[in-house]
Amino acid sequence: MDAADTDARTGADARLADFERTIERDQRIEPRDWMPDRYRSTMVRQIAQHAHSEIIGMQPEGAWITRAPSLRRKAILLAKVQDEAGHGLYLYSAAETLGADRPELTARLISGRQKYSSIFNYPTPSFADVGVIGWLVDGAAICNQVPLCRSSYGPYARAMIRICKEESFHQRQGYELLMTLMRGTEAQRRMVQESVDRWWWPSLMMFGPPDAESTHTAQSMAWKIKRHTNDELRQRFVDMTVPQAAALGVTLPDPDLRWNAERGHHDFGEVDWSELKRVISGDGPCNAERIEVRRAAHEDGAWVREAAAAHAAKRARREGEAA
Amino acid sequence: MEPSREWPLYEVFVRGKRGLNHVHVGSLRAADAEMALRNARDLYTRRNEGVSIWVVEAKAITASSPDEKDPFFAPSGDKVYRHPTFYDIPENVPHM
Repeated sequence: MDAADTDARTGADARLADFERTIERDQRIEPRDWMPDRYRSTMVRQIAQHAHSEIIGMQPEGAWITRAPSLRRKAILLAKVQDEAGHGLYLYSAAETLGADRPELTARLISGRQKYSSIFNYPTPSFADVGVIGWLVDGAAICNQVPLCRSSYGPYARAMIRICKEESFHQRQGYELLMTLMRGTEAQRRMVQESVDRWWWPSLMMFGPPDAESTHTAQSMAWKIKRHTNDELRQRFVDMTVPQAAALGVTLPDPDLRWNAERGHHDFGEVDWSELKRVISGDGPCNAERIEVRRAAHEDGAWVREAAAAHAAKRARREGEAA
Repeated sequence: MEPSREWPLYEVFVRGKRGLNHVHVGSLRAADAEMALRNARDLYTRRNEGVSIWVVEAKAITASSPDEKDPFFAPSGDKVYRHPTFYDIPENVPHM
């Protein structure tokens, strides 16, 4: 090994030590800091999956915008779906700070090379689903996301702070919608219970596989891009949700769900992990439809993007001539 | 048809209210500056977060160095005498 090699080696070690010290002190890694390649690629994957989830997540509820039962519910739902689009864009913006290319991320989503949250592959046949998604799905998302406001990657942490503030509206509007239905007719109460029965288990799957099978957890915890394990967050969500379900007057569909005074937590039944595996690998009720809708939106919008670019180019040319 | 040009990246700065500086809030893609402003309004000020927005094409920004640990800032590191706490003043001297 010659002197130049030794210098390069020492330089790399020093940069890695700097990086680790920054994380150790709970400071943030910023875009132009040196970072290990694996940290960068893991962050791009995590942020892109999250961005894709927000964008695909517009579909299940978006389907109800034209059929919401009142102007009030329509305006709320429109604002909520617009927020999901906004969240997707904050996150794509954060991914770009790592050198990711935005059109390439969209291409990866459409071609199935990058994933999004399995929860959005379930259908929304009833208007109660809009409420239950706000309550359970956004509730689970908040559990997952609040700790990410302290992610070691600065731009992601800052995007998460904005997102969490807005998610709180999402959860509350959902719960209020359900309270309204529960004060309605017997048929409306049945509608809520039927929706809860369908969404409860998929919501628990949102926290990912059990810790024993989670492949990225250890490294992600060391890098402080994940702050709690999947099982810890799942338990927190169950404990938070049980009293909310009682206040609402619905039953969570799990015969094994009960308070365990010794643990100070609720025990609950085993999630059907084979279902999660199936839905993640593409075989959920709506996977094909979700991707197809996203692809069509992208392709149908191509002429708008091109026209806007042509218009901008023409204006720039004219301004150049006038100067 | 000519191949579509990639929309440039704009950095967005928002003044939260009168009396405050514009603060960087993120970035977005737009065909031109005017569209960037409109998109910034829809993306970053949906809940009255701003009274004024700047958008700047990202490539127009000159930054201090490729690294946040920048020797560029070293000259100020050893000049403690620039800070008021460097000077010992007896406690019985008022208004200092």
